[in-house]
Amino acid sequence: MSVRIHEQDFDVSAEMAAMRRGNPKIGAIASFVGVVRDINEGDSVATMTLEHYPGMTEKAISEIIDQACGRWEVLDALVIHRVGTLKPTDQIVLVIVASTHRGDAFAACEFIMDFLKTRAPFWKKEITPQGARWVDARVADDQAAERWKT
Amino acid sequence: MITLLYFARLREALGTGREELLLPSGINTLGALRAHLEQRGDAWAKEMAAGRNLRAAVNQSVATPDTPIKDGDEVAFFPPVTGG
Repeated sequence: MSVRIHEQDFDVSAEMAAMRRGNPKIGAIASFVGVVRDINEGDSVATMTLEHYPGMTEKAISEIIDQACGRWEVLDALVIHRVGTLKPTDQIVLVIVASTHRGDAFAACEFIMDFLKTRAPFWKKEITPQGARWVDARVADDQAAERWKT
Repeated sequence: MITLLYFARLREALGTGREELLLPSGINTLGALRAHLEQRGDAWAKEMAAGRNLRAAVNQSVATPDTPIKDGDEVAFFPPVTGG
């Protein structure tokens, strides 16, 4: 289980290969990549800057991974989240979950992402033609996390 | 002393991201601390007002108004998160 927060880009293929090599029990690997869009709330986005809370962010994501491990069979998990200034088409976040079978890998990957969106301390600031603005939290993201409680 | 941290929109509105504060006597919960900061007036009164949707953490764990605060703690206030 690993959590990394940094400015530089990541290589999905290399990260998945590294996870696979580490454990011959792995039969399924699910991954999610979040990408910067060029339009948000109807306005074009030139760049986006991500801020985090060093220490707490890593701790919060580790706790989310621990929760996923309690619900599903997770053999390994990795979360990489970038910070700093990004532009449309850049990768922002990577979640990789390895399990014996696909069902647990898919579910745990989605669970980790839904809780990361609503619990991990990151904040986005967009630069648009109208100027800089902090992105508002979305109700849909809270709802996505809530549905795991049932 | 406690360490206070402010992030994102809140940091910009308050004009500071970090301060050390001698915990006033009688202030021993997060809710009391927030009310104390609101008393500073101006941007503080606006941003720390009870109606503002703020999140907080004590020693890097999510906290609620009744979370205890003691000398040496790291207390953070921030807007709802928007990562991912």
